[in-house]
Amino acid sequence: MRIVAALFAGVVFGLGITVSGMINPAKVLNFFDVAGTWDPSLALVMASALATTFIGYKIVLGRSAPVLANSFQLPTSLIIDGRLLAGAAIYGVGWGLTGYCPGGAIPALGLGRMEPWIFFAALVIGILLARFGRTRLDRAQTAAT
Amino acid sequence: MTEFTPIAALIGGTLIGLGAVLTMLLLGRIAGISGMLGGALFPASGDDWSWRAAFIAGMIAAPVLYTLVLGKAPQFEMPVSTLTSIIGGLLVGIGVTFGNGCASGHGVCGMARLSTRSIAATGVFMAAAVVTVYVTRHVIGG
Repeated sequence: MRIVAALFAGVVFGLGITVSGMINPAKVLNFFDVAGTWDPSLALVMASALATTFIGYKIVLGRSAPVLANSFQLPTSLIIDGRLLAGAAIYGVGWGLTGYCPGGAIPALGLGRMEPWIFFAALVIGILLARFGRTRLDRAQTAAT
Repeated sequence: MTEFTPIAALIGGTLIGLGAVLTMLLLGRIAGISGMLGGALFPASGDDWSWRAAFIAGMIAAPVLYTLVLGKAPQFEMPVSTLTSIIGGLLVGIGVTFGNGCASGHGVCGMARLSTRSIAATGVFMAAAVVTVYVTRHVIGG
């Protein structure tokens, strides 16, 4: 049942990416190109996604538990450190180079074209490298304290 | 050039939000796509893997459904070279792992919870993307 629910939520989310145009890297890059061929569409996508999620979370998180799980699993960390900000900056550069974030690239795999798969392969390798690096960094930091 | 498409943007954004709300209502989880991909590739347990893989499969099926229903494929154009795409993909993968999230996890789910961490991360990656496009299109490319 959880698998069906996740599949359904994934379809709804992916349709949102597709309909909004965020599946199209050219459109995303034009949003960032405020000094050139600016396309403000992404601002409206973000605003409507945020508003829907804000209201929806208010209602849903008022429940004692989710429908198909024992409890809500929410991130609890409040720490804004160098790692978070450096990671966000590196991600932003990659997003600005390609017009793809993970949420835009994964639905694009279903377009039946080669380009999104090339980006996706590099994305997976990047995650792999970073996980390896993070483990080593954690060890070094633990050893230093 | 891409056209400003306000209606499609609002409908699409609302669907993205609904997908995130459904994920919380049904599964009690944040719909952060980079976290979902990381968790599906490197599962901590079998239970963690299956729902994430199903969500990702649903996302990939979405443009296929769109094309079947509307009778035309969604607009798509990759305006950068293969090399740029590979470098960008690596940077996005490294960045979202250290930054613990992307546009969906921080930008939508985290900001909707008014998380200061997510607001800070979103501000940084949006600014970095704008600067990157300015440099590649107007400084180097211009």
